[in-house]
Amino acid sequence: MAGFSVSRYAPEQSSWARLTARDSVVRRLDWPLLSSSLALSLIGSLLVWSATRNRDTLTHGDPYYFLFRHILNTGIGVALMIGTIWLGHRTLRGAVPVLYGLSVLLVLAVLTPIGATVNGAHAWIIIGGGFSLQPSEFTKITIILGMAMLLAARVDAGDQLHPDHWTVAKSLGLAIVPIAVVMLMPDLGSVMVMAVIVLGVLLASGASNRWVFGLLGAGTVGAVSVWQLGLLDDYQIARFAAFANPALDPAGVGYNTNQARIAVGSGGLTGTGLFKGSQTTGQFVPEQQTDFVFTVAGEELGFLGAGLVIFLLGVVLWRACRIARETTELYGTIVAAGIIAWFAFQSFENIGMTLGIMPVAGLPLPFVSYGGSSMFAVWVAIGLLQSIRVQRPITA
Amino acid sequence: MSNIPETGRTQRVQIRLIVIQVLVFSLLLTLGGRLWYIQIRNGQEYTDEAKNNHVQQVVQPAVRGAILDARGVPLADNETRLVVSASRTELMKMKDDGDAVLTRLAEVLDMQPREVLDKVRLCDSKTPQPCWNGSPYQPIPVTDEATTQQALQIRERAEDFPGITAEPTAVRRYPAPGKANTAQVLGYLSPVTDEELTKAQNTDSPYLRSDQVGRSGLERTYDKELRGKAGVTRYEVDNLGRVIGQAENDKAEPGASVVTSIDARVQAVAEYELNQAMEIARKEMDRNTNQRYKADSGAVVVMETKTGRIVSMASLPTYDPNAWVGGISGKDYADLTGKKSNFPLLNRAIQGQAAPGSIFKVVSTTAAVNAGYDFDGNYPCPSSYSIGGQVFKNFESQGYGSISLGRALEVSCDTVYYGLAHKEWHRDGGIRPKKKTNDWFYRTAHQFGLGKETGIDLPNEVTGRVPDRQWKENFFRANKEGWCKQGKKNGTYVEMIAYENCLEGDRMRAGDSVNYSIGQGDTLVTPIQMATIYAAISNGGTLYNPTVGKAIVSGDGRTVREIQPKAHGKLPFEGDTRDKIDEALAGVATRGSAAWRFGGWPQDKIPMHAKTGTAEVYGKQTTSWFATYTEDYSIVMTISQGGTGSGASGPAVRNIYNALYGLDAAGKQNLKKALLPKPQKALPRIQPDGSIDAPKIKPYDPASQKPVEVVGQALAGAPGRRD
Repeated sequence: MAGFSVSRYAPEQSSWARLTARDSVVRRLDWPLLSSSLALSLIGSLLVWSATRNRDTLTHGDPYYFLFRHILNTGIGVALMIGTIWLGHRTLRGAVPVLYGLSVLLVLAVLTPIGATVNGAHAWIIIGGGFSLQPSEFTKITIILGMAMLLAARVDAGDQLHPDHWTVAKSLGLAIVPIAVVMLMPDLGSVMVMAVIVLGVLLASGASNRWVFGLLGAGTVGAVSVWQLGLLDDYQIARFAAFANPALDPAGVGYNTNQARIAVGSGGLTGTGLFKGSQTTGQFVPEQQTDFVFTVAGEELGFLGAGLVIFLLGVVLWRACRIARETTELYGTIVAAGIIAWFAFQSFENIGMTLGIMPVAGLPLPFVSYGGSSMFAVWVAIGLLQSIRVQRPITA
Repeated sequence: MSNIPETGRTQRVQIRLIVIQVLVFSLLLTLGGRLWYIQIRNGQEYTDEAKNNHVQQVVQPAVRGAILDARGVPLADNETRLVVSASRTELMKMKDDGDAVLTRLAEVLDMQPREVLDKVRLCDSKTPQPCWNGSPYQPIPVTDEATTQQALQIRERAEDFPGITAEPTAVRRYPAPGKANTAQVLGYLSPVTDEELTKAQNTDSPYLRSDQVGRSGLERTYDKELRGKAGVTRYEVDNLGRVIGQAENDKAEPGASVVTSIDARVQAVAEYELNQAMEIARKEMDRNTNQRYKADSGAVVVMETKTGRIVSMASLPTYDPNAWVGGISGKDYADLTGKKSNFPLLNRAIQGQAAPGSIFKVVSTTAAVNAGYDFDGNYPCPSSYSIGGQVFKNFESQGYGSISLGRALEVSCDTVYYGLAHKEWHRDGGIRPKKKTNDWFYRTAHQFGLGKETGIDLPNEVTGRVPDRQWKENFFRANKEGWCKQGKKNGTYVEMIAYENCLEGDRMRAGDSVNYSIGQGDTLVTPIQMATIYAAISNGGTLYNPTVGKAIVSGDGRTVREIQPKAHGKLPFEGDTRDKIDEALAGVATRGSAAWRFGGWPQDKIPMHAKTGTAEVYGKQTTSWFATYTEDYSIVMTISQGGTGSGASGPAVRNIYNALYGLDAAGKQNLKKALLPKPQKALPRIQPDGSIDAPKIKPYDPASQKPVEVVGQALAGAPGRRD
């Protein structure tokens, strides 16, 4: 029965009592997940604030501009999460075709003249009034939901033990369309995340090993041929070159990674203290409020603060893994696994590039980086995870 | 069993979820590990890098200390010039990177816009000179020769010249007081190199990018003292170079002044007289080569005998040290270092070496006495001495019968020394030397300080050479191959010598020994070594390290560190040898080979001692040597390819003495005219504000003491006369 929810069947109770009842939604929410996500968002707002309060060209003279915007984004994100829980992931399952269609249209729109280029990636739609949209963030969700819908349908119905080849092929076809569009933007970072999401979804769906290894192989062949055929832009090749050897061109391509590593490295155990990092105050790290926000944590909060960020991400992923394992239906498992793959890879890539163990790619750090689209998408994903947890039977 | 397990999932999915979880947490662990590695393990490294990143220094150079003569007259000081400089950080803030401003500036300064732009750009591997190789945060000098007019224009129209300053700045100057150029002694400055910069980074006197470093002479020896300490202001800057943090300020400390023992007036006399002597020599015919004397280079040293302090030191050819100020031009540099110019940068008083000729005989005389020959004994002085068919002439081609060693010194009789050296050579075993040889003549030369530096406080002094057995052996080993290739038994002179050398070049031959005893052959000495030796004979035997620096006066005048005379040895005189040599050298000036140059000298008031020398150089004209001393001063002059000792150098040396003691050509003393009848002991007076009193100085007027005319004798020596 779609949309089944225990709490909606207790109209006689007061709303407070309803919320706090032993079997209420609130009681059954995954609180460690929620509080870690909130903590990450709030730490993020401080880091974004520190990174931007001197950047007059960005803030137009208001040092609190980004602080408020980040908190606002978090608020909207939390609201989106509540909405998602309220709707429930099973309700959303019915709306998946529509959502999927919408997200493909949006990414296609980026390729039309209303799209805008930021930092070499043509991945944005400028809405006006200082707002802009990065549709590929939402596409990550619709890919997860769409694939989960296709792969889980017959299994959850009890018809199959595992999705058959045709179903897997269909789900891959569903993912390939938006991925191809994003690749054309080109937004290589998002393409990488989406590819990892597809891999995570396939793994969790129980699709045959042949598909999993076939996909890995195809990914490798694809990456090599993209490189060989020269499909990458110069800036993308340069990023990889700088990753291989940061000393190559410290004033040019290697500058980002070099400065990022100096910022993180100079933090030491306890950091310089918030607002006191010379690398941050001196604006030596470009894109510090978005892609390189982790460097602020590294420099100003030190190993303890930056470690806390990684720890909190670990808590989020740990809870997500529990949710994936404990839900009874494959649909929820697949959605949770897709989100895990997304968060885990994106966090690893983002922090890894500031630490010099991954090449530079324009990806935000979930919850922490400034950016509305990313923040909203991430919180919707948390909503989905909570919904999966809430709606599983209390006794397995 | 149901196909679908109770959990709703198959075993496969369950395992894969665990795989995903393991993967996820290993990724997080990797991040944590890497974070620890960067922040904790290598944290310091990055902290240092961050510091370099955001701290920029602006340097206020310290004013370099002056180099003063013994009475405080500046030989090197600073003049204030109007320096126009551009601040790159300011210019870069402009839309066109300051091009418009620099173009306007070029117009005001009467320069080409390109020229100005080039001076302000930063040097890198692809940018040729001119370019700025200092810190981009430092104001970059565009010109140091702005007129007051130009500076005023720039200042009054400040809004047209943002980032441009026109300020009076101290620039090195070598004023040559009274025409005392003193070039080689003073040395020169040039910008610090990258290598020096890194090398001195962690020492107690690190260089700054903008520093000028002393490259030779006093500027180099006393560089650390003269340089002072630059003031540094540290700013915290952001990635665009904008100042965001507080400034830390170290005030500049001006460099100390170096008071030297040089007397600018005497220096001017010495330089003039040396040049004069060389010019006169160039008009004389050399009877050996039938050409005029080339007199290509020369040096003179005036030293205080009781301290080793240098009163003046001149070397020719010379140059104008001001050529180095503000960066030397390529053409000037080529001129100064080219072969055509005969290397004017060399200070020939300490870097020129030649065979000493007869001025070496004080060494041989001492050696003979120490070997057991009675100073007052009778030694034959025939007109020639032959060894195994080879005839060694007495260069004066004159026999004096049997004479004492004193008389041999006076008349410079070579054959007396031939005989003694030959005898000693035999006693040491001859061509097959004993295991333990006495080598009196060589040992004594070493005891006189030859073959090693005197330790003067000027850089790159050369050692000269004592051609003893050890040297012969080394030299033979190094050259044997070449000699044997070139040598022919019946070839040219050079080929025959090579042939002989190939056979027995490592042996001390009789010919080598006798030649050596009169200062010919392979012996090399520097003028400063000979001055040190003659000063030591005068003072009773103490070999002083010659010093030019006399005191270091701190920039504020508060502290004065005197540089005390230091000795490095004693001459090996036994009994009354010194007194007897002293007497004989006085005889040289009164009745010996230099007497004709000291006609009318007030010997009773100012006892003069002298020794002349004429050194043979194969393929060249003879080197003139003249070594002299009084109670207070020792003067040694040498002129390469200049003729005889007394002939070429005699009058010049006497004129320097005349100036010192205030004597006229007839030997009448006028103490009012005397520049320095007694060595200057006191330091110049330092004012309470740190400035140092400097007396006015008049250029040397050679007409004040007419050249010494000795009736009946030509200037450059009588025919056939050799020292």
